Amino acid sequence: MDVETLGAIGGAMSRAATPLALAAVGELVTEKAGVLNLGVEGMMLAGAVAAFAVTVATGNPLLGILAAMAAGMLLALLFGVLTLSLMANQVATGLALTIFGIGLSAFVGRDFVGTPLTALAPIHLPVLSDIPLIGPLIFGQDPLVYVTFVLVGGVSWFLMRSRAGLIVRAVGENHDAAHALGYDVIAIRYRAVLFGGAMGGLAGAYLSLVYTPMWVENMTAGRGWIALALVVFATWKPWRVLVGAYLFGGVTIVQLHIQGMGGAIPSQLLSMLPYLATIGVLVLISRDALRIRLNAPACIGKVFHPES
Amino acid sequence: MSRSSRFITLEARPEPSALWVWAAPLLAVGLTLIAGGLLFAALGKDPVAALAGFFLKPLSSLYGLGELGVKAAPLALIAAGLAVGFRGGVWNIGAEGQLTMGAVVGGGVGLAFLESTGPLVLPAMMLCGALGGMAWAAIPALLRTRFNANEILTSLMLTYVAQLLLSWLVHGPWRSPSGFNFPETEMFGPAATLPVLIEGTRLHLGVVLALVVVGAIWVLLGRSFIGFQIKVMGLAPRAGAYAGFSQRRVIWMAMLLSGGAAGLAGLFEVAGPIGQLQPAISPGYGFTAIIVAFLGRLHPLGIVFAACFMALTYLGGETVQMDMGLPLAVTGVFQGMILFFLLAADVLIRYRIRLGRAASAKAL
Repeated sequence: MDVETLGAIGGAMSRAATPLALAAVGELVTEKAGVLNLGVEGMMLAGAVAAFAVTVATGNPLLGILAAMAAGMLLALLFGVLTLSLMANQVATGLALTIFGIGLSAFVGRDFVGTPLTALAPIHLPVLSDIPLIGPLIFGQDPLVYVTFVLVGGVSWFLMRSRAGLIVRAVGENHDAAHALGYDVIAIRYRAVLFGGAMGGLAGAYLSLVYTPMWVENMTAGRGWIALALVVFATWKPWRVLVGAYLFGGVTIVQLHIQGMGGAIPSQLLSMLPYLATIGVLVLISRDALRIRLNAPACIGKVFHPES
Repeated sequence: MSRSSRFITLEARPEPSALWVWAAPLLAVGLTLIAGGLLFAALGKDPVAALAGFFLKPLSSLYGLGELGVKAAPLALIAAGLAVGFRGGVWNIGAEGQLTMGAVVGGGVGLAFLESTGPLVLPAMMLCGALGGMAWAAIPALLRTRFNANEILTSLMLTYVAQLLLSWLVHGPWRSPSGFNFPETEMFGPAATLPVLIEGTRLHLGVVLALVVVGAIWVLLGRSFIGFQIKVMGLAPRAGAYAGFSQRRVIWMAMLLSGGAAGLAGLFEVAGPIGQLQPAISPGYGFTAIIVAFLGRLHPLGIVFAACFMALTYLGGETVQMDMGLPLAVTGVFQGMILFFLLAADVLIRYRIRLGRAASAKAL
């Protein structure tokens, strides 16, 4: 395999990893605040269709990306009202969000099936991106790949180093104690849920604007659920989300490459690989129950009612 | 500062309201109708006519009523199985995959006995369909009890795997040579097809059998010791553990039961209305059944009513697609909405709404 092919594979890998990393880092912040939002898949789909529709209508992908984030946040707000203000079961509400997101995105996107769109172009830094292998990898990606690295770094710094991040973690670890200290548990959780929604929407925008520049019903194909598994894989540590996302991106790309080589293995069986890999990794990580218990936010999924 | 706003306060009831347990679903249905009317109006359709077309027209013919049964049966069957787990805190979200595997394994038996006219082909298909769903549900059960892996995520991942497996089979080894290159298997023979019960409809034997199974699950839940264990483990896991109930056994029971029910529902679909294996055998019954289980209050009788209502959303979606050119996806929007409204209305079971600040609120 020559250097150019390796560079191409690396580039494809980061394109497969970026939406997973974005959605997962958003969910990580949500879970750190003690909220389990299983609606990632729905928020991603809403983001994907919003990004596509607005980009087609305005010709401006940046507006499309903003619309996607707004769409993800809108669904997240709905989730927040139900689970935080009305104290509904988080698992059931998250599932509702996914079912609603699938239906709503298919409904809104019906006129866009088959509409072509020019993909968001990679940035080519002159000279630098001409360096073999590392050039296209490090200097020739689309802007959102870099944004993802910055975001993961920022979230990592925020959660581990900043005072506000400490409060978010406190709310996730022990909401009653945080409440007793005078922190507004619900307001902090709303913000975390909304951030998760914005990231889910952005992840969806990446799919419909960059990864496969088109709109197809249900085009997330379970990536929202893989992102949820990634948070467990990362044991709630932001940088590990990035590592996990590139690992899964790698599995996706290897699988696609074998399909492309026209091997004897049927494409459907190869397409199972990312899902099987997710299960395998979940099992490997979860078998150490103590590690999961030590790392998972203690209040995750629990309803908070200040007067009770 | 606190969660309660200045204008509305939620005050905890001393006891959950028995009235609202059953009134909340009705309120949710009412709110869904209002929101649906607004949606139709926003699309430039007369809301009353559109709602009537959506919810009433499908029921105005014998054929339509038969279709209601055909669509409600798999929903009720799957939801009754899922409700067992949901009561015990076991979240099987992969019923769609278990349905697919039931169709694959049971349908495979039908394909193996294409020429047979024996009376045992259908029972064998049903048994294998249920076993296929059980086997698929056993994987997350094993991974959860043995390796502590979250059953929500593993059962969901397995749904994608099952659908890809079905797709591979009908595109490859099981494809019918006489299918004009369509990805589908041979049609099942008469001995492998569920008979239609009422002339002029598609109402088949599987609908009746599904109701029988739902009844059996009801008896199991309400009368058996394992049903009691499941309920206790869901309500008070520590008390259950103290009483010597095994969480492991509850997980296995709930997963196998719900997987078997979903597998049987999948077999009923392919041996009934479809008559062969195709890449798509379910319009998301496995996911919609989750809504049905909650809408029916995890109670078999409620589940049957909820299944009829959700079946109506499928029929209504098809009707407005044909009559008004609205996209079929409107079904999913309605289904998502009803679950949202139900979850919102459920707050009334445990809380009273007070205008203004609650007098009993602690000063913080």
